[in-house]
Amino acid sequence: MSKHLIDYALHLADTTLILSQRNAEWCGHGPVLEQDIAITNISLDLLGQSRYFYQYAATLMGGSATEDTLAYLRKEREFKNLLLVEQPNGDWGQTILRQYLYSQFQQLLFQQLQHHNDEQIVAIAAKSLKETNYHVRWSSEWVIRLGDGTTESHARMLKAIDELWRYTGEMFHPAAYEKEMGIDVTALRNGWEEKVKHVFGEATLPVPENTFMQHGGKEGAHTEHMGYILAELQYVQRAYPGSQW
Amino acid sequence: MNSIQQHIKPVSEEEKIRSILETVTDPEIPVLTIADLGIVRKINVAEEETEVVISPTYSGCPAMDMIAVNIRLALAAHGYQKVKITFALSPAWTTDWMSEEGKQKLKEYGIAPPQTRSDGPRLTGGIECPQCQSTNTRLVSEFGSTACKALYQCNDCKEPFDYFKCH
Repeated sequence: MSKHLIDYALHLADTTLILSQRNAEWCGHGPVLEQDIAITNISLDLLGQSRYFYQYAATLMGGSATEDTLAYLRKEREFKNLLLVEQPNGDWGQTILRQYLYSQFQQLLFQQLQHHNDEQIVAIAAKSLKETNYHVRWSSEWVIRLGDGTTESHARMLKAIDELWRYTGEMFHPAAYEKEMGIDVTALRNGWEEKVKHVFGEATLPVPENTFMQHGGKEGAHTEHMGYILAELQYVQRAYPGSQW
Repeated sequence: MNSIQQHIKPVSEEEKIRSILETVTDPEIPVLTIADLGIVRKINVAEEETEVVISPTYSGCPAMDMIAVNIRLALAAHGYQKVKITFALSPAWTTDWMSEEGKQKLKEYGIAPPQTRSDGPRLTGGIECPQCQSTNTRLVSEFGSTACKALYQCNDCKEPFDYFKCH
């Protein structure tokens, strides 16, 4: 149980950390000041959530593991994040769509986790859920604004869907440790699709059907982008081991 | 004599610590104490170590680490050397725990306090401007200068202001 629990905590920690890192790339580059602040606030929420999961994993692992060693000193193949969150920011539309597709999933997952038997997972999920609700609201409003916006913004959202949709299947494709933990991600698919259909409908965007779905991130097989993210994220600790602020 | 004695109650160790904690403020919103924020959950007094249990506000709020350091400093100044600070995630912090006094202080500071309960319906308008008290205001952005605030503008006095979100 403990090995699976550690893997699962790391999966949630890695997913929220990598999405946080991606969103943080927007810091100082947002299309307008308010939205620059919004995306970096979301980045900060996700970073906080990832810290809780890393701290919990480190406690379970014992020894010299800390939240920092787990974030800064693990290799690409050890990271268990979803492929979706490591995809490049692209334009603002692609960033928004990635956030929406993930947040909508996280909301349903963390609601389901309220019934799990691990107290700490329940506590972190309950706390995070309050923040996730904001993320869903903000990102879905943007998907609608851009999809149902100008010809240009609509075309860009179509391109973003084309880039990202193939990574959504992994969310509902259980890893061994999820099954061992009694977490049924397949049960979330219908609810997620229904919500996405509703938002895409308002955004006048089509929901792709019968798309090939890529997976592997949960087991450490990542897309070509992952190594570059870690190179940047881990650079200081790799170059100057043990350095502190 | 008797009436005076009746008013002097022995101060427990826990009450002493609580009153020290009331001097620790939020580094982001210095008018609020951590008691106003409603984040002090429990104080466990023991011979060898004093434990203060606090509820973190937002997951990524950088003020939390700072608050923990400031609690240590405040207690150390009163001779409490061995202090353990525990973050309790459950139950999750809510603005419902903020004191009425804290809400008043926020308003005077120029930040609109949370106006509903966290389990109530979401307010989409009618947030009161802390400058002119008009409720003719509009949401500029769901996210403001810190995780806990949203950005509003008053349509009457035109002043932009922060709203402490209901959470």
